Amino acid sequence: MSVSYLPKSLGTFASNTLKLLAGLGLILAVACGSEAPPAPAPTSAAPAAAAVEPAPAAEDSGTIKVGILHSLSGTMSISETAVHDAELLAIEEINAAGGVMGKQLEVVIEDGASDWPTFAEKARKLLQEDEVAVVFGGWTSASRKAMLPVFEANNGLLFYPVQYEGLETSPNIFYTGATTNQQIVPAVEYLIEEGKTKFYLLGSDYVFPRTSNLIINKQLEAAGLEAVGEEYTPLGHTEYSTVISKIRAAEPDIVFNTLNGDSNVAFFKQLRDAGISAEDLPTISVSVAEEEITGIGADNITDHLVAWNYFQTTDTPENAKFVQAFQAKYGENRVTDDPIEAGYFGVYLWKAAVEKAVSTDVAAVKEAAKGITFAAPGGTVTIHNENQHVSKTVRIGKVRSDGQIDEIWNSGSPVSPDPYLDSYEWASGLRELAQ
Amino acid sequence: MEVWASQLFNGLSLSSILLLTALGLALSFGLMNVINLAHGEFIMIGAYTTYALQQVAAHYTGDPQSGITFLIAIPASFIMSAAAGYLVEVTVIRFLYRRPLDTLLATWGVGLFLQQLARSIFGAPNVQVVAPAWLSSTVSITSNLLLPMKRIFIIGLVLACLGALYLYMYRSNEGRRMRGVMQNREMASSLGVSTRRVDSFTFALGSGLAGVAGCALTLIGPIGPSLGTFYIVDAFIVVILGGLGQIPGTIMAALIIGILNTLFEFGTTAVVGKVLVFAMVILFLQWKPAGLMRARGR
Amino acid sequence: MASRISIPNAIKGLPLPSWLGDLASVWLAPVLVLAALLVAPLLLSDFRVALLGKFLTFAILAMSLNLIWGYAGMLSLGHGVFFGLGGYAMAMFLKLESANGKLPDFMFWSGLTELPFFWAPFEYAWFAIPMTFIVPAAIAGGLGYLVFRSRITGVYFALITQALALIVSILFIGQQPYTGGTNGITNYTTIFGFAINSPATQVVLYYATLATLALTYLLCAWLIASRFGRLLVAMRDDENRVRFSGYNPAALKTIVFALSAGIAGIAGALFTPQVGIISPTMMGIVPSIEVAIWVAVGGRGVLLGAIVGAILVNGAKSGLSESFPAIWQYFLGLLFIGAVLVFPSGIMGLLRGEGWRRPEWFSTSHLPGFAARVLPGVKK
Repeated sequence: MSVSYLPKSLGTFASNTLKLLAGLGLILAVACGSEAPPAPAPTSAAPAAAAVEPAPAAEDSGTIKVGILHSLSGTMSISETAVHDAELLAIEEINAAGGVMGKQLEVVIEDGASDWPTFAEKARKLLQEDEVAVVFGGWTSASRKAMLPVFEANNGLLFYPVQYEGLETSPNIFYTGATTNQQIVPAVEYLIEEGKTKFYLLGSDYVFPRTSNLIINKQLEAAGLEAVGEEYTPLGHTEYSTVISKIRAAEPDIVFNTLNGDSNVAFFKQLRDAGISAEDLPTISVSVAEEEITGIGADNITDHLVAWNYFQTTDTPENAKFVQAFQAKYGENRVTDDPIEAGYFGVYLWKAAVEKAVSTDVAAVKEAAKGITFAAPGGTVTIHNENQHVSKTVRIGKVRSDGQIDEIWNSGSPVSPDPYLDSYEWASGLRELAQ
Repeated sequence: MEVWASQLFNGLSLSSILLLTALGLALSFGLMNVINLAHGEFIMIGAYTTYALQQVAAHYTGDPQSGITFLIAIPASFIMSAAAGYLVEVTVIRFLYRRPLDTLLATWGVGLFLQQLARSIFGAPNVQVVAPAWLSSTVSITSNLLLPMKRIFIIGLVLACLGALYLYMYRSNEGRRMRGVMQNREMASSLGVSTRRVDSFTFALGSGLAGVAGCALTLIGPIGPSLGTFYIVDAFIVVILGGLGQIPGTIMAALIIGILNTLFEFGTTAVVGKVLVFAMVILFLQWKPAGLMRARGR
Repeated sequence: MASRISIPNAIKGLPLPSWLGDLASVWLAPVLVLAALLVAPLLLSDFRVALLGKFLTFAILAMSLNLIWGYAGMLSLGHGVFFGLGGYAMAMFLKLESANGKLPDFMFWSGLTELPFFWAPFEYAWFAIPMTFIVPAAIAGGLGYLVFRSRITGVYFALITQALALIVSILFIGQQPYTGGTNGITNYTTIFGFAINSPATQVVLYYATLATLALTYLLCAWLIASRFGRLLVAMRDDENRVRFSGYNPAALKTIVFALSAGIAGIAGALFTPQVGIISPTMMGIVPSIEVAIWVAVGGRGVLLGAIVGAILVNGAKSGLSESFPAIWQYFLGLLFIGAVLVFPSGIMGLLRGEGWRRPEWFSTSHLPGFAARVLPGVKK
């Protein structure tokens, strides 16, 4: 391999160099997307994208651009593609019903590729290049944390659809998933009322489980209890026999499970193989929904508990309609779950706010969004006046052998979001330290 | 006492999984100097074959838990992954022999492609394989020492694979040719062995073993497009420790890593356990750079 | 020797080249690329400038890998780790500046009440910025010393560095109180008092990156032309001959590995403020392999190749994922395969008329030793 430039003649070399530069220019042009189509081509994961695309061109002021930014590749795509599907469904429904303020929505889809810097890059692209009015996206806390400074610096609007660890209120983010007082805190309260005293905290090693367990430990302490064990495994861990041995040795009466995605599959399969049933040792999960149960195998997790704000079985007329529409579009065997629902109603909340503001301007939409309500599939949701979270009903359910979830407890009425847990005495000081 | 016995069993079980995932890798490296980063994706092909077969069987018999289906899935996974491996060998790897670092890059590309293919065919979310009823039990040694049937089955499966591999390598004509090429490629070639054919067969065999691993892993782990990535690096560490391409070394390495990892994890945490094992492997290579068993060139 | 190691000859007469053609042939392409990159911010939108700035940090990273892989024959699959370490050192500085004397947010979530001792000095730029080079260089030096002393080469070295990538990323994820865990370190507001997200700051950062890239290029060109550089290439082609000539290959390799890691660290330090986040995903296995792909696509053993490869592959990646968000990975996979199968000497090889790869049967290859194993196309 020659490592020098010793051309036979300078002329050919110069022409080759020019070719290189031309190639470089071409690639930059492609990368810079100046000639790129205004909306992405329909793809296999989003066969309906074409239907969403309106006829008018991008320059036409008759459309409003909105962005969807989820991981369509990489490890997180197992969870995020379904939310992406739900958001597309909502947008399609809105367009079919006449759009927002009479304008059709035009979707720009980007792939976050399960990589946080990529989320930041794509968020910047959506805001600066496509100038979208709003972005629906994100799943992991890490992806949200990566996008947050981008949305704040560019004064964009993000609707984030997944339950998370709280302790955050960005002026540019609407949180349509649960914060801690709408999922984890009531779940622990419920378990204590049920007479559970020995909690074992098991989670994947990242920010959501660690922060959740910090809060749970405080809460247990306030109740005069103490966790009998706390264990974290690397993301993507698939070998749980040793952890199960440790759990067995600690003799808890409940395992509070904050494992992530794939690890849940391995954990529940191996828990069952070890001869431990939900009767011997119940677990409660906050990251396992219907979609994950499909991958775990319902028989491996039957009778274990989960805490969410929505189940596919939630009995409301809106939900019957939603489930039917979702399955009609994506297939009979598809399930809906809490983040899917939160992604779906997030689009409608934004629409309501825009129509109230009669503008897509971020400040106007934020102002109009205060107190906006929507009859979501999981019950009425209302955007909080200050913290831009939504109030929603807390539900605890038991997994059935067919993979659906039976609700065994709910909070009765929507719970107001409290991301810094100000209303809990034992959590005092969280806000001061977090800000 | 029971805790230690159960930990020892967990260690053995982990070793068996490591070995199952590393065996094919050791084979393709030993013979061909090919670093196959798509090995994890061949595992994934095996897992999806098991899934697809079960879907088909459930459609016709209405019984997803059929134990027969799972037993058929083992050879089916082998065949599917072997076929995929053969295809990759013929179209890509064949052109890269003697350039092991290039095979590494090219097979990484193959892996990306296969992952996306799985995502397109089966969708991004995880799918589920129902374990047959006869595997979903435990064997109780004492009241507190329960051994999961699946784990015992996987250990048995590894032993069976090793036995079959031994018979193939040492008791068949094809295997004799393979060993010949492994030991001295030029000599074997000049004696009339078609090294091209042997290469293709060996690579297919290694991929097929990955398929069997994939089939077995459906019992205990997640089944999704990126399944292979969970196992590939551990498998490589086993192969490095064992001495690249040495089957007996690979077996020993899998045993050592499996048991140590389980013990470390029990004593500390899963994260620290993994780090400790890596540190030990590096230190060991200081002492014996070629791994536990050294390849003998001839 | 099978390989034509002619770059030292080409550059030997550098300070005062006697032949104009020689000068042009060596510097025409780099100067044109530099000129194109210099004017790019005038033509591109703010977002694209930031994106190109990110690619330039990748170009520096690719050059650092090219130094040890293309010239010294050691493929590191752990270069993302060194890039990440540099990025983290810079992120610690930026985070402390943004925190304004308070405890960074993620430490609080993880239960810390005061700043860990090793974080404290990163408040000062005079400490943090040198550390972006020193930390990765020291770690690479330590690991390299152990590995090279045992004469671990080629594939073993690649796989060990890959395992390093896995372990370090797991460690960084696990030490959330000190590293920010999976989230990494993000949400900086200012750099040296300037708003970090303002277009003006981003343009300044872009030019700083471009300057670093140019300096790195000069450094590498000088290094390769030197006696040290010739020893590296000689080692790549036949390590034993170098050893028998009285040199210590382990020491040479350790030095170049540490230097390369340090350069990667500087690239990471430039990445962090431009992208606004550094996270363990950058240190994992996947990014480290991708670096090797950039170098392979651009052309191994050609300094400019790494730069061209990094910019083109990342440009293609961004472009494809924007146009085909759900299926772009097919293209990426095919690109990887094509890069080694069809044009093993990379784009620079194609441009220099080495052409596409003719199917070459390995049994007809009679190359000696290490060169034959590691280097494609060393022979004509």
